[in-house]
Amino acid sequence: MTATDALSLKRLAVGELAEVSLTIAPGEVHCLSGPSGSGKSRLLRAVADLEPHDGEAWLGETAQSSLAGHAWRARVMLVPAESQWWGDTVGEHLADARLDDLETLGFAAEVRDWQVARLSSGEKQRLALVRALSREPSALLLDEPTANLDDATARRVEAWLGARIRERGWPVIWVAHDPAQIDRVADRHWRIVEGRLEEAGAWA
Amino acid sequence: MGVIALAWWQLALAALMVVALAGCTMVARLGMGRSLLIAAARTVIQLGLVGLVLEALFSAARFHWVVLMAMGMLLIAGREVMARQTRRLRGGWAFGIGTVAMFLSSFTVTVLTLTVIIGPEPWYQPQYAIPLLGMMLGNTMTGVALALDRLTDTAWRQRAVIENRLMLGQRWQEAIGDIRREAMRSGMMPMINAMAAAGVVSLPGMMTGQILAGSPPALAVKYQILVMFTITLGTGFGTLAAVAAGSRRLFDGRERLRLERLSAPRA
Repeated sequence: MTATDALSLKRLAVGELAEVSLTIAPGEVHCLSGPSGSGKSRLLRAVADLEPHDGEAWLGETAQSSLAGHAWRARVMLVPAESQWWGDTVGEHLADARLDDLETLGFAAEVRDWQVARLSSGEKQRLALVRALSREPSALLLDEPTANLDDATARRVEAWLGARIRERGWPVIWVAHDPAQIDRVADRHWRIVEGRLEEAGAWA
Repeated sequence: MGVIALAWWQLALAALMVVALAGCTMVARLGMGRSLLIAAARTVIQLGLVGLVLEALFSAARFHWVVLMAMGMLLIAGREVMARQTRRLRGGWAFGIGTVAMFLSSFTVTVLTLTVIIGPEPWYQPQYAIPLLGMMLGNTMTGVALALDRLTDTAWRQRAVIENRLMLGQRWQEAIGDIRREAMRSGMMPMINAMAAAGVVSLPGMMTGQILAGSPPALAVKYQILVMFTITLGTGFGTLAAVAAGSRRLFDGRERLRLERLSAPRA
């Protein structure tokens, strides 16, 4: 099943950030950058409907408010910068994970038996991505998905994410800091400047 | 077989010993002599007043007086449940949820016990109704307060976990399921422990009192079993209702976690 729905934000407003309207076509990655505290994560939380906000988000013809909260979030999936784990072993969270995804990110099948408490922050971050993708979403909101990874691993995760995004046609909002990464993954790049979204490099 | 009457001067002897204990703690600088004496004085005054109220109530035995007394007990218990929570739901919800949960469970179980099981004539006869309700409310109050406190406090600490589960598309019931179970367990634990220890480790107070008052132990035991079961029922259903309503209130209509509905703990 290939998702072919665009993700669009219509006058979405949360916190200090001015109203945001933008459309992300299927398979397109929009990077979002800006100083810390400028509201990047809050914007993602609003799109995932985890925070009260004004405006509306649409996935294709489906409005955010027309679905129950959990149903919307299962489709428009937010992967936070710091993942949380509630079970004791990794396997409890990864019931539907594909083995090839795990292997691409450098894990063997035995990772399911690992204790969550003994994961490093980098391992948690990669496994959180696998966990989110295994739930078959229709759009992705990634909050600094490679923040805890070394360069080589970050490149590997980027390549894997890019391939999955193209394969499934997910519209993606990707919060990133590293200009080199943004160059590599972004179809469009938005910067938060003084509380509003500005397209970076549009005039360059 | 009558009860040996207790005169006030005999109580004064016991009081004197409490004063002696307070003196000892003061000498040892434990800093609790004052609160010990105040608590002892409160016991005398509160129980003395309740004795007067009960005497009046028993002699009148009118339905509306019994209801009034029961309502008063319920509201005080509701206030106590609220006061025992570190982070309580704002806007009267902490009091409301606790009180309604105790009303639903304690009152229903008490009325059922009176009408179906014990069957005094009339069913609201205060000699049975008030002590039964009192024991029920006292224990349900503890259970509900423990459970709600655990629920709100754990939800506060585990906010990130709950939200991450929501992000993965879980329903709010699933996202807070573990915390609800924990809260329920901490509310029920005291009663389960009390039942397990009854008669072996501790002789329950009501049974002891009945035996002292001259009842045959076999009858006292039956009453005690009945009371423990009804208390467990009241605590269990009360905790269940309070945790269900309290955890619902932590989320809004869009299944978002709304921790700003909890007040900050008082320093």
